[in-house]
Amino acid sequence: MSKITISPSPHVYEDTTVKRLMFDVVIAMLPVLAISIYFFGMGAIIVTLTAVVSCLAFEWLIQKYMLKQEPSITDGSALVTGILLAFNVPTNLPIWIIIVGSLVAIGVGKMSFGGLGNNPFNPALVGRVFLLISFPVQMTSWPVPTGFSNSYTDAVTGATPLGVMKEGIGAGESVSAIMDKIPSHMEMFYGHMGGSMGEIAAVALLLGFVYLLIRKVITWHIPISIIATITIFTGILWMINPESNADPLFHLLTGGVLLGAIFMATDYVTSPMSVKGIWIYGVGIGLITVLIRVFGAYPEGVSFAILIMNAFVPLINMYIKPKRFGEVRND
Amino acid sequence: MSTIILFTIISLSAIGAIAAIILYFAAQKFKVFEDPRIDQVEENLPAANCGGCGYPGCRGFAEALVKSDDISDLYCPVGGNDTMSKVAEILGKAVEAKDPLVAVIRCSGSPEHRKKVNSYDGASTCVIVSGLYSGETACQYGCHGLGDCVEVCDFEAIYMDKETELPVVIDDACTACGACVKACPNDIIELRKKNKKDRKIFVSCVNMDKGGIAKKACDVACIGCKACVKVCAYDAIVVENFLAYIDPVKCKLCRKCVEVCPTNSILEINFPPRKVKPAQPVGEAEAKETPARSTGEKENDNNIINQEG
Amino acid sequence: MLKTFPKGGVHPAEGKYSANNAIETLPLPKTVSIPIAQHIGAPSKPVVDKGDKVKVGDKIAESAGFVSANIHSSVSGTVVKIDNVMDSTGYKRPCVIIDVEGDEWNESIDRSTDLKKEISLTDKEIINKINESGIVGLGGATFPSHVKLSVPDGKKIDVLIINGVECEPYLTSDHRLMLEKAEEMLIGIQILMKALNVNVALIGVENNKPDAISNLQNIVKDYPGIEVHALKVQYPQGGEKQLIKALINREVPSGGLPLDVGAVVHNVGTALAVYEAVQKNKPLFERVVTLTGKSVKKPSNFMVRIGTPVSNLVEAAGGLPEDTGKIINGGPMMGKAVNSLEIPVVKGTSGILIMPAELSKRKKESNCIRCAKCVSVCPQGLEPYLLNKLALLEKNDKLEAGGVMDCIECGSCSYTCPAGLPLLDYIRLGKSRVSQIIRSRKQ
Repeated sequence: MSKITISPSPHVYEDTTVKRLMFDVVIAMLPVLAISIYFFGMGAIIVTLTAVVSCLAFEWLIQKYMLKQEPSITDGSALVTGILLAFNVPTNLPIWIIIVGSLVAIGVGKMSFGGLGNNPFNPALVGRVFLLISFPVQMTSWPVPTGFSNSYTDAVTGATPLGVMKEGIGAGESVSAIMDKIPSHMEMFYGHMGGSMGEIAAVALLLGFVYLLIRKVITWHIPISIIATITIFTGILWMINPESNADPLFHLLTGGVLLGAIFMATDYVTSPMSVKGIWIYGVGIGLITVLIRVFGAYPEGVSFAILIMNAFVPLINMYIKPKRFGEVRND
Repeated sequence: MSTIILFTIISLSAIGAIAAIILYFAAQKFKVFEDPRIDQVEENLPAANCGGCGYPGCRGFAEALVKSDDISDLYCPVGGNDTMSKVAEILGKAVEAKDPLVAVIRCSGSPEHRKKVNSYDGASTCVIVSGLYSGETACQYGCHGLGDCVEVCDFEAIYMDKETELPVVIDDACTACGACVKACPNDIIELRKKNKKDRKIFVSCVNMDKGGIAKKACDVACIGCKACVKVCAYDAIVVENFLAYIDPVKCKLCRKCVEVCPTNSILEINFPPRKVKPAQPVGEAEAKETPARSTGEKENDNNIINQEG
Repeated sequence: MLKTFPKGGVHPAEGKYSANNAIETLPLPKTVSIPIAQHIGAPSKPVVDKGDKVKVGDKIAESAGFVSANIHSSVSGTVVKIDNVMDSTGYKRPCVIIDVEGDEWNESIDRSTDLKKEISLTDKEIINKINESGIVGLGGATFPSHVKLSVPDGKKIDVLIINGVECEPYLTSDHRLMLEKAEEMLIGIQILMKALNVNVALIGVENNKPDAISNLQNIVKDYPGIEVHALKVQYPQGGEKQLIKALINREVPSGGLPLDVGAVVHNVGTALAVYEAVQKNKPLFERVVTLTGKSVKKPSNFMVRIGTPVSNLVEAAGGLPEDTGKIINGGPMMGKAVNSLEIPVVKGTSGILIMPAELSKRKKESNCIRCAKCVSVCPQGLEPYLLNKLALLEKNDKLEAGGVMDCIECGSCSYTCPAGLPLLDYIRLGKSRVSQIIRSRKQ
């Protein structure tokens, strides 16, 4: 018999590891990836591969040569960041822009704060927003979903339903008139519309959500609080004037609401720790999203909303505490 | 255009002037009188903020020095007598010169001498180990080897020797601030009087078990045999709870006790090599242990640890 | 819907291998080492000397204060010495060592197995008897039972809660007692009810012991005031505060005791010991110990004399498995790893768990990913990730404000952490530092 081990209790552990959690997220993203490849073809594959490879490479290089740590790319977090970054860009984005985005996501968004667990902002969103501000033309010329095609950067481009809606309302058209120009709700649900690679297919995103819930990777609180807030807020606006405001379902199915709510806002590192805090966070993301979409200059605001609420997370964690057992109330 | 610039300049200047006036009155109103000597004293302190004096940082110590009438109880171990005499000069108060101290590690239980009987797998700090159980070896008093003392040292004066798994004090860097003494859950580290040429004689063991048990757990444990007490001409050694202790003040560094210790638990450090007495059978047997007994004082060139009988 | 506590909790694999094995009486050992500190509170004072002859049930060490307990000899024989012996605390501590000669019991003990139902003693006499018999909480906390029964003035107790939860994985000693000694246990509960002057006693049993629940429910009809409640399986339901919340939905205030909400909690094993002490005049000198583990040949439940070396139990269960990597005194969640098989069984030893080597090492540590799983499983509503960090930084005032003293050390946070962080290790350290500060503040 070898020497016996002594350690403080507990002596048993759940088999969940960081790696398993990350790979579960990757599995949950596969349906989205499949639908994107179906609609956008080669472009989706090239963008995803570029983003994933460059994210992994930057993480490895930075850990090895700048931080002089043991590289930990096998934990899967850089893989998740890479796929999420790819999901957040159009499929005709030039490769070099994606590499720049990966560098910003991993280098600035994550490693500059000390790596996994220490970054205040979602790295993939940092990358995306950087690209959106730096390369607005490339980042907003979305390819038209045509079914699988081999075209990459020379794909036919068009506007997203959200963009059409924003422009139409701005030009004084009525919502019902605009609706005729864009895909039906059912088509949007299946993903037949222009947009960033991972945000088009609601059905695939919801499938991923169910998988994450079953595997207990995330709880329902963050996605549902965001979706409910957006539904209620846009619902009120729609009921006030259905001709100048789009219906809530339109808002949910277009743009990055579901992608953001299910995969981006739920990022462990950048979301609050307590359930109460999560509600504040989710409602905040919902409100800011709608404010940007309806009253702001950009047609879409999910990524800004998430980043803004990310910034509040440390504050939320400091002041919103879980209710303690047997807490003595002074009332 | 020029009017806009003009208005901007005028209004901003006005705001600046008003703010300056408010700030001036605020500074007058909330002014806290501070004894200027505090700054003076603080300038002369080492600015290490180590807490070795018992006060939170050098500033806190400076305040205490200025406030108290009798500062003979206050001492900055880092700055030593020089600093204290300067401080005394500034304040016009009297200080006594104290013997400079240095930390010594009172355990020689390297894995070679002290077999590991189980393996610890938990948070890597000595204090958690000692809260949990008696440690990886059969000696519950000795060093746990996880380096809590290294962690707290502000002066990089202590490091873990990878081979012996024991901490080693770098004499020249040690300021005797006492942080490691407080951090060690087993009270292995002692601050002892610093002698000429960093010479040291001390019992490198804290095991209070009966001789047989101690010896079984560790080859180099003090077994409380009192051989050293008998040979000491200065009454410097006492044995309590089967453990010898050499009073650093009474000890005259004669090294007689080192020779008689049957388990080599008394160490002599930084002494010149003594003449090898011919034909001493015990010496040969013990000499084999010599390399393992060099408890890592590798920093000092003139360090010789004598192992002969 | 089964009752349970509402906040946090985990559900580790149960591994109750020994659940179907009846309690066997372990043969007497050659020597026993009986520690004089087996309970929470002051260590007892030995009243025997080297060379003294003792019988089974003779007092060998005397309670050293109100929060302390008598200790009785578990064997008959000669006191060899009083010496320091390694015990389950991981340190050598004083033990009375007795060489066994025969099995001669103190004459005052009633050794018949007849049930004795009438309770003739008054409440004060019962508490005295329990104190005299050295009974402590047998669930593992070993808090002297008479202290819990002595309700201070101004406090009103209206319910007695009996803990038959046994939420620790692997352990089955309470389970077997509820099957084999149910009648005695119920009489013991009645005695406790009389001592506390309450009319209601609730037994909480987790639903993974359906046989014990139905057994108790069948016979409990004859005992008015006692109810059996099945509870949803959820660790740490055996914690006093969690059990009270689950059964009667009262929340023990932070820093308070169960009696602040009118409840007293005792373990099923303690109830049986109370029956034996009060009705049979038998002090506490033996208990049921589960000896179990994945690779143990014959997982068993033994009736063991206090002071028996653990190695005797291991032999009786088929020897130490080849692949042993860890020996735990208690269950896998809160038990203590021990470094020797020669440690004696004490009053608080509910089980000995032998873990195979491949399950003995911890997960590899990585960065905290702030997944908040520790927050969601903490039954006390604390933030373990934060307390861990504060303890590392020695921010003792913030630790105290963060409720570190409310931590019940159940280990759910470390259990669930995907990054394998030793959360409880540091929280426990922080807790001990803060409790020292609180103690020095009171002085």
